[in-house]
Amino acid sequence: MVGLKTEWEIEPAPRECTLAEYKGAEARWCPGCGDHSVLSAVQKMARDKQIPPERIVVVSGIGCSSRFPHYMSAYGFHSLHGRPLPVACGVKSRRPDLHVFAISGDGDCCAIGAGHWVHAIRYNMNITILMLDNSIYGLTKGQTSPTTRLGRASSTHPHGAPLPPLNPLTVTLGISNVSFVAQTVDWNPPHLSATIRAAHDHEGASFVRVLQRCPHFTGDVYADALEDRSHVLLMEHPDGIVLEPAMRERLKNRVDHDPRNLGEAFQLAARTDVYPVGLFYRDPDAVRYDLVTAHGLGKTPSEKLGAIEEAIERFAI
Amino acid sequence: MGAELVTEQSTARAAVEVSEHIVEIVSDSGEGAQTAGQMFADLCARSGNGIWTVEIIPAEIEPPSRSRAGASGNRIRIGSSRVTNAGDEADVVVALNEQVLYSRIDAGALRPGTIVYVDKVWGESRDPEVRARYVEAVEDFRRRGYTVIETPIESECRKRTKDPRKGKNMWVLGMLCALYDLHEGTVRDRIAARFGRKGAAVVEKNLELFSDGFRWGLENLEQRFHVHAVPVETPTVVMNGNQALALGVMAAGIEVCSMYPITPATSASHYLAANFENAGGIVHQAEDEIAAIGFALGCSYAGKTAVTITSGPGFALKTEFLGYAVMTELPLVVVVVQRGGPATGLPTKIEQGDLMAALFASPGDSPKIVLAPATIEECFHLIITARRLAEDFRSPVIVLSDANLATGQQPFAKPEPKEAWLAGPVDQSDWDSKVAPMAWDPRTGLSKRPIPGQRGGQHVLTGIVHDEWSHIAYESGVNQRAMAMRSRKFAALASALKPPVVHGDPEGDLLVVGWGSTLGAIEEAVDRLRADGRRVSSLHLRFLSPLEPGLKEIFQRFRKVTTVEVNYADDPDAPLINDETRRRSQLARLLREHTLVDVDCWGPVPGSPLPPGQIATHLATKLDELGRES
Ligand SMILES: Cc1ncc(C[n+]2csc(CCOP(=O)(O)OP(=O)(O)O)c2C)c(N)n1
Ligand code: SF4
Ligand SMILES: [Mg+2]
Repeated sequence: MVGLKTEWEIEPAPRECTLAEYKGAEARWCPGCGDHSVLSAVQKMARDKQIPPERIVVVSGIGCSSRFPHYMSAYGFHSLHGRPLPVACGVKSRRPDLHVFAISGDGDCCAIGAGHWVHAIRYNMNITILMLDNSIYGLTKGQTSPTTRLGRASSTHPHGAPLPPLNPLTVTLGISNVSFVAQTVDWNPPHLSATIRAAHDHEGASFVRVLQRCPHFTGDVYADALEDRSHVLLMEHPDGIVLEPAMRERLKNRVDHDPRNLGEAFQLAARTDVYPVGLFYRDPDAVRYDLVTAHGLGKTPSEKLGAIEEAIERFAI
Repeated sequence: MGAELVTEQSTARAAVEVSEHIVEIVSDSGEGAQTAGQMFADLCARSGNGIWTVEIIPAEIEPPSRSRAGASGNRIRIGSSRVTNAGDEADVVVALNEQVLYSRIDAGALRPGTIVYVDKVWGESRDPEVRARYVEAVEDFRRRGYTVIETPIESECRKRTKDPRKGKNMWVLGMLCALYDLHEGTVRDRIAARFGRKGAAVVEKNLELFSDGFRWGLENLEQRFHVHAVPVETPTVVMNGNQALALGVMAAGIEVCSMYPITPATSASHYLAANFENAGGIVHQAEDEIAAIGFALGCSYAGKTAVTITSGPGFALKTEFLGYAVMTELPLVVVVVQRGGPATGLPTKIEQGDLMAALFASPGDSPKIVLAPATIEECFHLIITARRLAEDFRSPVIVLSDANLATGQQPFAKPEPKEAWLAGPVDQSDWDSKVAPMAWDPRTGLSKRPIPGQRGGQHVLTGIVHDEWSHIAYESGVNQRAMAMRSRKFAALASALKPPVVHGDPEGDLLVVGWGSTLGAIEEAVDRLRADGRRVSSLHLRFLSPLEPGLKEIFQRFRKVTTVEVNYADDPDAPLINDETRRRSQLARLLREHTLVDVDCWGPVPGSPLPPGQIATHLATKLDELGRES
C-alpha cells in the first residue's frame, strides 16, 4: 500500500490498570464484615500483578461471602449454593489463560459443596480457592454451619451446636493430590494479602481458609484472637508466607514449619488452642488435571474435521 | 476364505426368498451373543440389507448362568429395503441355553412358528437336574408351537476349542451366515477388525469357529433363507444412536463432554473418550451429575459450548443448574438418554418418561429448548443443530434420546462434516463497554454475550433476578421484563420452525402423534392400516419446546387425535378412571394444553420398544370405535 512500509508495528500504549479498574459495585456487606478486607486484598493483588481485569474470572457460590464477584470489576460467575468449584474448574479447563478465583463460605464449601471441595482439591487445577469461614450461615441468618463450635447456640440449634466442628484444614490436607493449604485472618491485612498472593502464585489448586469476622452473627467467635494476638500462631518458613519484619514482629507467637512436611502440617492444622496462620503445605509436583487434560487444545478446524471424518469413516460400510 | 465357502454352497439346500426376517441371538451374559448379533447385523448391512437392531441386556453384569433374567443378546431385523424399527415377533431365535429363551418368551418376542435353534448340549449334561429342565423346556417350546431345532452348538465347538464358552458365538455367526445365504468375503476382515487387538491366535481361532459353523449350517440346515439385498452404492455408515450422538458432538465442534456414568447414556461418553482428543475435545468424568453440569457451564461461560450426557436420575440432579443456565442465558447441550423411571426404574430399558421433566424440572418459569431425535441418523444431526441453537438463543438445549435409539443400529447416509458445523473460535476482540452483556432485542429477546478475555465485557453472571447488565435488581418491573425477554426467545425460535409433515393423508379419521424412537414403528403400523383402507395418518415431532407450528390446524382435519408414546397413561377402562381422573401420557398433556384439542393417548410401558403390530392393533380398535360412533 502507498506510504506504508511492508513491515510496521505500532507499539500499544503501555496499559496501567489502576485499583479503580478492579472495583465493581459498592460492597453491601455489613460494616465490619471481614469480607470487605478480603475483597480489597484481592483487588490490590490483581493491581499489583497488573492482571488485566478481563482475564480474571471470579466464581462464587451462594452466601454473604459469595456476593464477592459483584464487587469486583472482572468477569464473574455467581453460581449456585455449594457449586462454585465445578464451575471454576470448567472455566479453567479450556481457558488456561484466565485467572480463576473461587470464593466459597463455610456452608457453601464444607456442607452442601463438600463433595466438590474434595474433588476440586484432588483435580488440582490452577485456581485460587478462598473459603471465607465465619463459622455460621450468614446470608440465611445465623444457622449452625459445619465449622460452628460445639455448644454454640444458633437459630437452628438454640441449645447449642450438637457436634464438634469439622476442621476444613485437616480435611483438605487429607485429600490425595492436595497441593496448597494455607490459613489467614481477615483482620491482619498484610498477612491476608501475602497469603492470597502466594496462593495465586502457586501453580495448582490453592486452598486458603480465611477466618472471617461476622459482627452481625458471630462477633464473639474470633474475639479471643482479636483481644490477644498470642492466640494467633504464625507459621514461618522461607518457602512459606513471608511477612515484612515489622508485621512479623507484631505476632509474637511463632513457629517454624516447612511446608513440605505434611505430618507436621496435620499436627498444626489440628490445634484448637491457637489459630495457626501461614502455609501448612505446598507440593509443586502434584498432578495437575488441567495440564493432563490439555491435549487437543488449539486444534485447527481442518485438524478437527480430519479427525471427525476419520472417526465417521470407521463406521462406513 | 470366501471362495472356499462358496464352493461348498453347492451341497446346501436352496434358500427361500423372504422380504424380511427377524433374528434373535441370546445367551448367558459373557458368551458373546451381543458381539455375534452386532457382527451379523453389520454383515447384513454391508451386503445391502436394511437393518435395525435391539440389544437384549440383562440387568446385572454377570447374572447367574442359565437363568431367565440373564438373557443377553441381540435382535436383528433384516429387510430388503430400509428397516425403521425392531418389528414384531421373531422368525428365528438362536439360544445358547433353553432358560434364556424363556426371558424372550416372557417378553413376547416369539410366536407359534418361530424357528428356535437351541443348544442341545444341556440335554446331555451330567447333571440330571439340568438334563430334566432342558427336556421339559424343549417339550414346552413344542407345545407352544415353536419349531425347535436342537443344535449341537457346543459339541461342534469342542472339536475345535477346549473352552467353547469363548467361541460359540463365532460358530453361531457362521451358522447364521449359512442360514441367511451370506457368503461375504469380508467376514475375515470383520473378524480381524473385531478381534485384532487380542492377537493373531484369537483371530485365527474365531475364523476357524466361524467356518465350522458356516460349514455345519450348509450341510445340516433343512431350511435356509435369503433376504434380497440391494448393494450399497452411496456412502453409508452403520452405528448405534449413542455412537451417532458422540460423533455429532465431535462434528458440532463441542470441546467438552462433562458427564457422570449412567446407563444407558454412558456408552456415548465411552466412544467420545476414545476418539475425542483427535478432534480437540475432552471427556470430563465429574464427581457427580451436579458437578458435571457445573463444569460444562463453566466451559460454556469461558466461550466453549459444552455437552453433558446423562439419563433420568442424573438429569434430576442437574435441574438446579439447568435453571441457572436459563436465568443466565448460558448455552449448553444436555443429552438425556431416557430409561424407565421414576428413581432407578428400568436402568437398561426404554421409556420416554422424561419429557415433562425436561420441560419443567427446574424451579420457576424456566423455558428451555427440547429436541428429540427419531432415528439414529438424527442422533447425529440434531446435536449439531442443538449446539447452534444453544449459542444463537443463549439457552440450554435438551436432546431427549432413549434406550431404544442408544443401542439400536441402523445404516444411514454417511455425514459429510463441514467447517460451518464447528463452533467458531472464541471471540477475544474488545467488547464495546456501552453494550450490556444481555442487551435484549426487545422484539426477539435475543442478545450477544461477552466472553471472558474480551476487554470491556466484564460482567457477573448471577442466578438472582437481574437487568440487562446482569446487575442484581429486585424491582418488580425488572423481573417482569427479564422474564418476558427470556420467554420471547421461544416465540422467536417457534416462528423460524417449519410445520411438521403428516405421514399419510393430510386429513382422515385418526391422527397418531409421536416423538422420539417410536417413529419407525408408528409409521409401519399406519402403513399397514392404510393398506387395509383405514383413514389414519401420523405426525412425528422433533421440537418439543417450542412446539412446531400449525399443530391445531393439522389436528382439526382429523376426527380424532391420539399420541402413541412409551410413558405411562391410565387405562381409560380401569377402575375409578374417567375423563377427569385419567392421568395421560406426557406428550398428550402437552398437546392438549397447546391446542385445546381433546387429544387421547396410548402409553404402554413394557420396557421394550413398541412393536408395530401392537400399535396397529391398538389403532385399529380406536378406528373401530370411531366407526361405531359415526
Ligand atoms: C440449594 C440451596 N439450598 C439452600 C440455599 C439457602 N442458602 C443460601 S446461602 C446459605 C448458607 C450460606 O452460608 P455460608 O456458605 O457459610 O456463607 P456466608 O453467608 O456465611 O458467607 C444457604 C443455606 C440455597 N441458596 N440454595
Ligand atoms: S451477616 Fe455476617 S457475613 Fe454476612 S455481611 Fe453481615 S457481617 Fe458479613
Ligand atoms: Mg459462613
